[in-house]
Amino acid sequence: MKALQIHRSPARFGMARVVSAVSSAGGVHVGPLELRAVDDPPRPGDGWHRVHTRLSGVCGSDLSLVGGQASVYFDDWVSFPFVPGHEVVGELDDGTRVVLEPVLGHEARGFDPPFEGAAPGDGNDYAHLVGGTIDVGIQTGFCCATGGGWGPWLWAHESQLHRLDKTVPDERAVLVEPFAGGIHAALLAAPVVADVDDPIVAVLGAGTMGLATVAGLRRYVPGVRIAVGARYPHQRALAHEFGADVVVPDDQLLRAVRREVGCHVIGGHLSGGADVTIDAVGSAASVTEALSMTRPRGRVVLLGMPGEVSLDLTGLWHRETELKGAYTYGTETLADGTRARTFDLALDTVAEVRAERLVSATYRIDDHVDAIAHAAAAGRRGAVKIAFDLRTDSLQAGDLQDDNRRVS
Amino acid sequence: MPRPGFVLDVDRSTPPTLFWRGEGFSLERLPVDRTRIIYPPEPLDGLPNLDGAIRDALLNPIDMDPLPSLLGPDMKLTICFDDASLSLPKMQRPDNRQRIVEAVLDLAAAAGVDDVHIIAALGLHRRMHEYELRHVLGDRVVDAFLPRGTLYQHDAEDPDNLAVIGETTHGEIVEINKRAADSDLVVYANVNQVAMDGGWKSLTTGLASYRCLSHHHNPESLQNTRSLMDRHHSALHHSIWRMGEVLRDSGPKVFQVETTINTEAFPSPFEFLSKREWEWSGRDRALFVGATKSLKRTPTPMKRKIFHSIESPYRTTSVQAGFTESVHERTLENVYAQHLVEVEGQTDILTMGIPFISPYNPESIMNPILVMCMGLGYLFNMYRGKPLVREGGVIIMTHPTYADFHPVHHPSYIDFYEQVLTDTTDPAEMAARWEKQYAEDEWYRHLYRTSYAYHGVHPFYAWYWGAHGLQHAGRVIVVGGDPQAVRRIGFTPASTLNDALEIAADVVGRSATISHLHVPGVLVADVK
Repeated sequence: MKALQIHRSPARFGMARVVSAVSSAGGVHVGPLELRAVDDPPRPGDGWHRVHTRLSGVCGSDLSLVGGQASVYFDDWVSFPFVPGHEVVGELDDGTRVVLEPVLGHEARGFDPPFEGAAPGDGNDYAHLVGGTIDVGIQTGFCCATGGGWGPWLWAHESQLHRLDKTVPDERAVLVEPFAGGIHAALLAAPVVADVDDPIVAVLGAGTMGLATVAGLRRYVPGVRIAVGARYPHQRALAHEFGADVVVPDDQLLRAVRREVGCHVIGGHLSGGADVTIDAVGSAASVTEALSMTRPRGRVVLLGMPGEVSLDLTGLWHRETELKGAYTYGTETLADGTRARTFDLALDTVAEVRAERLVSATYRIDDHVDAIAHAAAAGRRGAVKIAFDLRTDSLQAGDLQDDNRRVS
Repeated sequence: MPRPGFVLDVDRSTPPTLFWRGEGFSLERLPVDRTRIIYPPEPLDGLPNLDGAIRDALLNPIDMDPLPSLLGPDMKLTICFDDASLSLPKMQRPDNRQRIVEAVLDLAAAAGVDDVHIIAALGLHRRMHEYELRHVLGDRVVDAFLPRGTLYQHDAEDPDNLAVIGETTHGEIVEINKRAADSDLVVYANVNQVAMDGGWKSLTTGLASYRCLSHHHNPESLQNTRSLMDRHHSALHHSIWRMGEVLRDSGPKVFQVETTINTEAFPSPFEFLSKREWEWSGRDRALFVGATKSLKRTPTPMKRKIFHSIESPYRTTSVQAGFTESVHERTLENVYAQHLVEVEGQTDILTMGIPFISPYNPESIMNPILVMCMGLGYLFNMYRGKPLVREGGVIIMTHPTYADFHPVHHPSYIDFYEQVLTDTTDPAEMAARWEKQYAEDEWYRHLYRTSYAYHGVHPFYAWYWGAHGLQHAGRVIVVGGDPQAVRRIGFTPASTLNDALEIAADVVGRSATISHLHVPGVLVADVK
């Protein structure tokens, strides 16, 4: 089949890193991503289904890979060459539409789940991610054995599939995965604010993940006041619509939090601050800012993948700030004590907020250079989510179907 | 003999007119046959012997006993003085306040007064830096009093050092500095640059608490202040004068010393700014061209430094001392003698150049809120009788209006710009929705008391200052300003004066009449 694929090529990763430092989309020309004919991966085993991609989103972690920015940490957690694409809505051979929960968890790898009814992301030992019946890979889209969403089809384990109602449009369904990530981050705020009067959660960044977090906070963390820093006007408008109480340009968030709390500014830090700050950007600057605006003994949740950053952590030490990562999703405990799978919460949330409006543009896979460029400059270009459209029943995809037949 | 102010009808022979544009200026051609330029009177002559005049005023006061007879060994004497908001630009040393304070201290020493405190009457303004205190009071006074802690700055947020004097017939609480309230005599040293200042305003704002100030520094008072330069038609001054009556009847004895200064604001090489354009010499033109070109190449912080370093060669035109009300009436006569220009009727458009400075940014940055305050608060209010522009007319200002703030002096202004102005520009609405939060913010309070920040509520007051102008004008246009900042303050941006006049035509028509308020200097249009 013809698919976009990433090879292990230190030279190409290096070149992409250099070029993308100048142009955020430039790395795609020289980097490790290639559109090519790839061998069909063999069926990994029983319980695996062929999923024909309909839409597959471009995520920030994809962009960092394409731009050669991803941390070497992942070298041991992925298997090359792989077809990227983990935000996927697709179709089974029988025509059933599904959303993919991309984590390749215990069941997909032939292990017993850590508890009955566990989601793929659950479990406190990640050994299974590099073992079992398939190759190494944290998720579909990072594993050579399964394929990924940036190709015409992929293999998905039964434990990864969420079947969709006919009424759910593809454009909404493709946002379930990022929304699950945002909701998971939002719920990481819940324990910190549970016993606080008039709690405040600050969200830094209002791309797809930031907006999903805002929606998650509003729905699943009751009574919290949400302050959002968003760089672009359309992001600010959406943050308001998704339930934020205070929305300001990103460089004004610290001052906005101070006003909400009524604390002092000492040096570059607030004397008090937000109970929780969720950093949906993931840069050295954003982590530093998050630490500056979070109250002593508060929590900073890193939702945006930070990679290699240089930080002064003296403030974190002095303020006893808790730094917490927020990776994917799993099984959540809600405020009323009930437990739910994050993907189920996300399916409800995307319907409530009509998340399909976040899909700003879809591209054929042949136009991946334009797609990546658009995604890399999404905010500046007034966009939120960019996705590949591989639907065979769409006007654009007609050509693609021919291509696919020819290649395969 | 200095020439009086006058009104020039613009015709084809009128040369381009000077407009301030913050830390710069430009020459603009105004439309012929429908524009008039209001020129200020030339600076009046100064007193030949200022120290002698001050001493004479202290010994021969108006409606009070001579100062020496009010002084004695066991008394508490408090001397208060206007803060760095006066004069603008700052006057060359020695400042009038230094001359007054030294003269009073000489008399106090002769009378054996030991208990003397000197207080900067800064109200809710920022505290003065030591170099500013030295400029205003002189090294001798500062060195003698500052180390002993008897020279200090009023703190409107120090509950232990405020005292309620009483309440006016309108229920306004008069609360001032406790030391002053407990004194046997308060001497106030004033520099009067405009008719708005002086009189009871000196004490009831300069030494007041927020609670006291809020009775007259509010949208309702300012919307009914017609104008700030005409205290008899100003709701703000009516409130202040009611408070003055409480002070007179129940407060400490006050000995007011007021001085008036002329409009000689610019020393060499900027003296051409004060001249009428057709009288510019070849040297003046060369200076204008040279200054304009070099300012264009100079970074803004450096430009600010240059302009704020100007020390004005003002001459003092009068000194009067004694009972506050009587003194101030005499002061007003002298101020008006310098400022008044008779003008016939109103026009559809008022144009004005906004300078680099206002009372609230000495040694600081003219942020967008202060641009509004300077334009609609101060310059628009430079009238007696009626505003120069008709109700519903257009006000056109020239200023770069950058969204730039001094982080130490104006911290609450930044929040005001980011939070309040994105919500509303209506003074009454912002007062109801936001003022309390800013007035009681602990961080602002801390910075006002211990650093050099204006009080948290101060941006509201600066905005209220323009409340009458906001209500009166059909549209306000800013030429050359940062469009985003101009829109944030609720005004319309324009690139050039011609563009602004085009925009104004939508409101007042193509044949609209225009008044240009010539700044600098200072004038009050007596509009008949």
